[in-house]
Amino acid sequence: MVWRPEGPLLAGRTAFVTGGTRGIGWEVARTLAAHGAAVAISGRRDDVVAERAAALATEFGVATLGLIADVADPDAVKASYQAIFKAWKQLDVLVNNAGVLDGGLLGMIGADVIDRVIDTNAKGAIHNLQAAARLMSRHKRGSIVNLTSILGTHGDTGQAVYAASKAAVIGLTLAAAKELAPQGIRVNAIAPGYVDTEMVQALPADVQARQLATIGMGRAGTPDDVARAVLFFASDLSTYVTGQVLGVDGGMRI
Amino acid sequence: MSATEDKLRAAFREALGLATTTDVEPLTYRGIPQWDSVAHMQLVAAIETAFDIMLDTDDVLAMSSYAKAREIVGKYGVAP
Repeated sequence: MVWRPEGPLLAGRTAFVTGGTRGIGWEVARTLAAHGAAVAISGRRDDVVAERAAALATEFGVATLGLIADVADPDAVKASYQAIFKAWKQLDVLVNNAGVLDGGLLGMIGADVIDRVIDTNAKGAIHNLQAAARLMSRHKRGSIVNLTSILGTHGDTGQAVYAASKAAVIGLTLAAAKELAPQGIRVNAIAPGYVDTEMVQALPADVQARQLATIGMGRAGTPDDVARAVLFFASDLSTYVTGQVLGVDGGMRI
Repeated sequence: MSATEDKLRAAFREALGLATTTDVEPLTYRGIPQWDSVAHMQLVAAIETAFDIMLDTDDVLAMSSYAKAREIVGKYGVAP
Protein backbone atom coordinates (compact mmCIF):
# COMPACT_ATOMS: atom_id res chain seq x y z
CA MET A 1 0.00 0.00 0.00
CA VAL A 2 1.37 3.38 -0.97
CA TRP A 3 1.43 6.03 1.72
CA ARG A 4 -0.39 9.22 0.88
CA PRO A 5 -1.05 12.00 3.35
CA GLU A 6 -4.76 12.42 3.98
CA GLY A 7 -4.41 16.17 4.31
CA PRO A 8 -1.72 18.73 4.92
CA LEU A 9 1.49 16.98 6.03
CA LEU A 10 1.53 18.66 9.42
CA ALA A 11 -2.18 19.13 10.13
CA GLY A 12 -2.87 18.90 13.85
CA ARG A 13 0.82 19.20 14.72
CA THR A 14 2.55 21.90 16.72
CA ALA A 15 6.04 23.13 15.95
CA PHE A 16 8.57 25.43 17.57
CA VAL A 17 11.29 27.16 15.56
CA THR A 18 13.96 28.89 17.60
CA GLY A 19 15.39 31.95 15.90
CA GLY A 20 12.33 31.82 13.69
CA THR A 21 12.04 35.49 12.77
CA ARG A 22 14.55 35.69 9.94
CA GLY A 23 16.84 33.82 7.59
CA ILE A 24 16.56 30.04 7.56
CA GLY A 25 14.39 30.02 10.70
CA TRP A 26 11.78 32.29 9.15
CA GLU A 27 11.57 30.21 5.98
CA VAL A 28 11.30 27.04 8.05
CA ALA A 29 8.48 28.57 10.10
CA ARG A 30 6.66 29.57 6.90
CA THR A 31 7.09 26.12 5.39
CA LEU A 32 5.82 24.28 8.48
CA ALA A 33 2.84 26.66 8.70
CA ALA A 34 2.14 26.21 4.98
CA HIS A 35 1.84 22.47 5.63
CA GLY A 36 -0.68 22.95 8.42
CA ALA A 37 1.31 23.12 11.65
CA ALA A 38 0.60 25.54 14.45
CA VAL A 39 3.92 27.33 14.78
CA ALA A 40 5.70 29.02 17.67
CA ILE A 41 8.72 31.15 16.86
CA SER A 42 11.24 32.72 19.16
CA GLY A 43 13.56 35.65 18.82
CA ARG A 44 15.24 38.30 20.92
CA ARG A 45 13.35 41.38 19.69
CA ASP A 46 9.78 41.59 20.92
CA ASP A 47 8.53 43.86 18.12
CA VAL A 48 9.93 41.61 15.41
CA VAL A 49 8.68 38.41 17.05
CA ALA A 50 5.13 39.78 17.38
CA GLU A 51 5.09 41.05 13.81
CA ARG A 52 6.37 37.77 12.39
CA ALA A 53 3.99 35.60 14.43
CA ALA A 54 1.07 37.71 13.25
CA ALA A 55 2.28 37.50 9.65
CA LEU A 56 2.42 33.70 9.79
CA ALA A 57 -1.11 33.51 11.17
CA THR A 58 -2.41 35.82 8.48
CA GLU A 59 -0.66 34.15 5.56
CA PHE A 60 -1.33 30.52 6.47
CA GLY A 61 -4.36 30.62 8.79
CA VAL A 62 -2.68 28.63 11.56
CA ALA A 63 -2.30 29.26 15.27
CA THR A 64 0.98 30.95 16.14
CA LEU A 65 2.90 31.97 19.21
CA GLY A 66 5.60 34.63 19.39
CA LEU A 67 8.10 34.00 22.17
CA ILE A 68 10.77 36.42 23.33
CA ALA A 69 13.78 34.34 24.20
CA ASP A 70 17.53 34.33 23.91
CA VAL A 71 18.36 30.62 23.63
CA ALA A 72 21.58 31.26 25.55
CA ASP A 73 19.45 32.07 28.61
CA PRO A 74 18.20 28.84 30.24
CA ASP A 75 15.45 30.68 32.12
CA ALA A 76 14.14 32.19 28.88
CA VAL A 77 14.13 28.74 27.29
CA LYS A 78 12.15 27.34 30.24
CA ALA A 79 9.63 30.17 29.89
CA SER A 80 9.21 29.37 26.19
CA TYR A 81 8.18 25.79 26.89
CA GLN A 82 5.89 26.79 29.73
CA ALA A 83 4.17 29.13 27.27
CA ILE A 84 3.86 26.39 24.63
CA PHE A 85 2.52 23.97 27.24
CA LYS A 86 0.01 26.53 28.47
CA ALA A 87 -1.20 27.30 24.95
CA TRP A 88 -1.11 23.91 23.24
CA LYS A 89 -0.34 21.22 25.86
CA GLN A 90 1.84 19.45 23.33
CA LEU A 91 4.80 19.84 21.02
CA ASP A 92 5.37 17.68 17.96
CA VAL A 93 8.28 19.38 16.23
CA LEU A 94 11.27 21.35 17.49
CA VAL A 95 13.57 23.05 15.03
CA ASN A 96 16.70 24.02 16.91
CA ASN A 97 17.72 26.79 14.56
CA ALA A 98 18.82 29.85 16.56
CA GLY A 99 22.50 30.50 16.11
CA VAL A 100 25.22 33.08 15.78
CA LEU A 101 28.19 33.15 13.42
CA ASP A 102 31.35 34.75 14.66
CA GLY A 103 34.89 33.78 13.91
CA GLY A 104 38.49 34.70 13.53
CA LEU A 105 41.87 33.09 13.29
CA LEU A 106 42.71 30.95 16.29
CA GLY A 107 45.06 33.44 17.89
CA MET A 108 42.54 36.24 17.64
CA ILE A 109 39.42 34.78 19.22
CA GLY A 110 38.42 36.46 22.46
CA ALA A 111 36.88 34.60 25.38
CA ASP A 112 33.72 36.65 24.93
CA VAL A 113 33.30 35.34 21.38
CA ILE A 114 33.86 31.75 22.50
CA ASP A 115 31.26 32.10 25.25
CA ARG A 116 28.68 33.76 23.02
CA VAL A 117 28.97 31.26 20.19
CA ILE A 118 29.05 28.16 22.41
CA ASP A 119 26.30 29.44 24.72
CA THR A 120 23.97 30.15 21.80
CA ASN A 121 24.74 27.40 19.30
CA ALA A 122 25.60 24.47 21.56
CA LYS A 123 24.17 25.10 25.02
CA GLY A 124 21.06 26.73 23.58
CA ALA A 125 20.37 23.66 21.46
CA ILE A 126 20.80 21.38 24.47
CA HIS A 127 18.46 23.41 26.67
CA ASN A 128 15.79 23.42 23.99
CA LEU A 129 16.14 19.74 23.22
CA GLN A 130 15.85 18.85 26.91
CA ALA A 131 12.61 20.77 27.35
CA ALA A 132 11.11 19.70 24.02
CA ALA A 133 11.75 16.03 24.69
CA ARG A 134 9.87 16.32 27.97
CA LEU A 135 6.80 17.71 26.21
CA MET A 136 7.03 15.20 23.37
CA SER A 137 7.44 12.18 25.61
CA ARG A 138 3.92 12.65 26.95
CA HIS A 139 2.49 11.66 23.58
CA LYS A 140 5.25 9.24 22.66
CA ARG A 141 6.02 11.00 19.42
CA GLY A 142 7.95 13.96 18.12
CA SER A 143 10.63 15.12 15.77
CA ILE A 144 13.59 17.26 16.71
CA VAL A 145 15.56 18.86 13.89
CA ASN A 146 18.87 20.41 14.84
CA LEU A 147 20.52 22.88 12.51
CA THR A 148 24.21 22.21 12.33
CA SER A 149 26.53 23.25 9.48
CA ILE A 150 28.96 21.93 6.94
CA LEU A 151 31.52 23.66 9.14
CA GLY A 152 30.53 21.30 11.95
CA THR A 153 31.24 18.26 9.79
CA HIS A 154 34.29 19.57 7.90
CA GLY A 155 35.59 22.72 9.65
CA ASP A 156 37.20 25.66 7.89
CA THR A 157 39.89 28.25 8.45
CA GLY A 158 38.76 31.12 10.65
CA GLN A 159 35.69 29.29 11.99
CA ALA A 160 37.10 27.10 14.75
CA VAL A 161 34.63 28.18 17.41
CA TYR A 162 31.59 28.10 15.16
CA ALA A 163 32.68 24.71 13.83
CA ALA A 164 33.14 23.42 17.38
CA SER A 165 29.69 24.65 18.37
CA LYS A 166 28.09 22.97 15.36
CA ALA A 167 30.04 19.74 15.90
CA ALA A 168 28.59 19.75 19.40
CA VAL A 169 25.12 19.87 17.84
CA ILE A 170 25.95 16.72 15.85
CA GLY A 171 27.05 14.91 19.01
CA LEU A 172 23.86 16.05 20.70
CA THR A 173 21.82 14.74 17.78
CA LEU A 174 23.45 11.31 17.76
CA ALA A 175 23.19 10.83 21.53
CA ALA A 176 19.65 12.14 21.85
CA ALA A 177 18.46 10.02 18.92
CA LYS A 178 19.55 6.89 20.76
CA GLU A 179 18.11 7.96 24.09
CA LEU A 180 14.77 9.17 22.77
CA ALA A 181 14.01 6.50 20.16
CA PRO A 182 12.21 4.26 22.68
CA GLN A 183 9.86 7.18 23.35
CA GLY A 184 9.02 7.60 19.67
CA ILE A 185 10.97 10.82 19.39
CA ARG A 186 13.22 11.17 16.34
CA VAL A 187 16.25 13.43 16.37
CA ASN A 188 18.05 14.44 13.20
CA ALA A 189 20.34 17.20 12.03
CA ILE A 190 20.65 19.25 8.89
CA ALA A 191 24.03 20.57 7.82
CA PRO A 192 23.54 23.45 5.40
CA GLY A 193 26.41 24.58 3.25
CA TYR A 194 26.63 28.14 2.03
CA VAL A 195 23.14 29.60 2.34
CA ASP A 196 22.32 33.12 1.26
CA THR A 197 21.19 34.76 4.50
CA GLU A 198 22.03 37.93 6.39
CA MET A 199 24.36 35.87 8.54
CA VAL A 200 26.68 34.87 5.70
CA GLN A 201 26.25 38.16 3.89
CA ALA A 202 28.08 39.66 6.85
CA LEU A 203 31.18 37.64 5.95
CA PRO A 204 34.01 39.45 4.12
CA ALA A 205 33.55 39.54 0.32
CA ASP A 206 36.65 37.46 -0.36
CA VAL A 207 35.41 34.74 1.99
CA GLN A 208 32.02 34.71 0.28
CA ALA A 209 33.63 34.42 -3.17
CA ARG A 210 35.91 31.62 -2.03
CA GLN A 211 33.00 29.64 -0.61
CA LEU A 212 30.82 30.07 -3.71
CA ALA A 213 33.62 28.64 -5.84
CA THR A 214 33.50 25.40 -3.87
CA ILE A 215 29.84 24.62 -4.56
CA GLY A 216 29.30 21.89 -7.14
CA MET A 217 25.85 23.15 -8.11
CA GLY A 218 27.30 26.58 -8.77
CA ARG A 219 24.97 28.62 -6.61
CA ALA A 220 24.42 29.51 -3.00
CA GLY A 221 21.70 27.64 -1.19
CA THR A 222 18.48 29.38 -0.23
CA PRO A 223 16.56 29.23 3.05
CA ASP A 224 13.86 27.39 1.11
CA ASP A 225 16.34 24.64 0.17
CA VAL A 226 16.93 24.06 3.88
CA ALA A 227 13.27 24.39 4.85
CA ARG A 228 12.31 21.56 2.50
CA ALA A 229 14.77 19.25 4.24
CA VAL A 230 13.36 20.31 7.62
CA LEU A 231 9.87 19.45 6.38
CA PHE A 232 11.09 15.95 5.51
CA PHE A 233 12.39 15.35 9.04
CA ALA A 234 9.47 17.11 10.72
CA SER A 235 6.77 15.14 8.96
CA ASP A 236 5.72 11.52 8.47
CA LEU A 237 7.87 11.44 5.33
CA SER A 238 10.65 10.28 7.67
CA THR A 239 8.82 8.09 10.20
CA TYR A 240 11.73 5.61 10.52
CA VAL A 241 14.64 8.04 10.26
CA THR A 242 16.57 9.12 13.32
CA GLY A 243 20.15 9.95 14.24
CA GLN A 244 21.02 11.24 10.77
CA VAL A 245 22.97 14.28 9.63
CA LEU A 246 21.74 15.44 6.23
CA GLY A 247 23.93 17.75 4.19
CA VAL A 248 22.02 20.43 2.29
CA ASP A 249 24.95 22.00 0.50
CA GLY A 250 24.63 21.68 -3.27
CA GLY A 251 27.73 19.52 -3.42
CA MET A 252 29.95 21.97 -1.55
CA ARG A 253 33.51 20.80 -0.92
CA ILE A 254 35.59 22.19 1.91
CA MET B 1 -6.43 12.04 52.34
CA SER B 2 -6.95 14.65 49.60
CA ALA B 3 -7.76 13.87 45.99
CA THR B 4 -4.47 15.52 45.04
CA GLU B 5 -2.55 13.23 47.34
CA ASP B 6 -4.42 10.25 45.89
CA LYS B 7 -3.41 11.32 42.39
CA LEU B 8 0.22 11.68 43.37
CA ARG B 9 0.29 8.28 45.05
CA ALA B 10 -1.37 6.71 42.01
CA ALA B 11 1.18 8.34 39.70
CA PHE B 12 4.02 6.91 41.78
CA ARG B 13 2.56 3.43 41.87
CA GLU B 14 1.80 3.40 38.17
CA ALA B 15 5.14 4.85 37.01
CA LEU B 16 7.21 2.64 39.30
CA GLY B 17 5.13 -0.48 38.75
CA LEU B 18 4.20 -0.84 42.42
CA ALA B 19 1.22 -2.63 43.94
CA THR B 20 -1.75 -0.47 44.83
CA THR B 21 -1.17 -1.32 48.47
CA THR B 22 2.45 -0.11 48.51
CA ASP B 23 3.14 2.68 51.00
CA VAL B 24 4.80 5.36 48.87
CA GLU B 25 5.50 7.82 51.72
CA PRO B 26 8.99 6.50 52.55
CA LEU B 27 10.13 6.11 48.93
CA THR B 28 13.35 7.79 47.82
CA TYR B 29 15.09 7.99 44.45
CA ARG B 30 17.25 4.89 43.96
CA GLY B 31 15.99 3.70 47.35
CA ILE B 32 14.18 0.84 45.63
CA PRO B 33 15.22 -0.99 42.43
CA GLN B 34 12.11 0.21 40.59
CA TRP B 35 12.95 3.93 41.02
CA ASP B 36 15.99 4.22 38.76
CA SER B 37 16.87 7.01 36.33
CA VAL B 38 14.69 5.62 33.53
CA ALA B 39 11.71 5.22 35.84
CA HIS B 40 12.35 8.72 37.18
CA MET B 41 11.53 10.23 33.79
CA GLN B 42 8.44 8.03 33.54
CA LEU B 43 7.45 9.24 36.99
CA VAL B 44 7.90 12.85 35.93
CA ALA B 45 5.72 12.23 32.87
CA ALA B 46 3.07 10.54 35.01
CA ILE B 47 2.99 13.43 37.47
CA GLU B 48 2.86 16.00 34.68
CA THR B 49 -0.02 14.16 33.04
CA ALA B 50 -1.90 13.64 36.30
CA PHE B 51 -1.72 17.31 37.28
CA ASP B 52 -1.54 18.89 33.82
CA ILE B 53 1.66 20.74 34.63
CA MET B 54 5.14 20.95 33.13
CA LEU B 55 7.93 20.63 35.68
CA ASP B 56 11.12 22.67 35.41
CA THR B 57 14.30 20.67 34.90
CA ASP B 58 15.52 21.89 38.29
CA ASP B 59 12.47 20.34 39.91
CA VAL B 60 12.95 17.10 38.00
CA LEU B 61 16.45 16.90 39.43
CA ALA B 62 15.32 17.87 42.93
CA MET B 63 12.54 15.27 43.13
CA SER B 64 14.46 12.87 45.33
CA SER B 65 11.62 11.41 47.38
CA TYR B 66 7.88 11.13 47.56
CA ALA B 67 7.81 13.89 50.16
CA LYS B 68 9.85 16.16 47.91
CA ALA B 69 7.56 15.39 44.97
CA ARG B 70 4.56 16.46 47.04
CA GLU B 71 6.31 19.72 47.89
CA ILE B 72 7.26 20.35 44.23
CA VAL B 73 3.78 19.63 42.92
CA GLY B 74 2.47 22.14 45.45
CA LYS B 75 4.60 24.86 43.83
CA TYR B 76 2.64 24.55 40.60
CA GLY B 77 -0.62 25.68 42.09
CA VAL B 78 -1.73 22.17 42.90
CA ALA B 79 -2.88 21.91 46.51
CA PRO B 80 -0.76 19.36 48.42
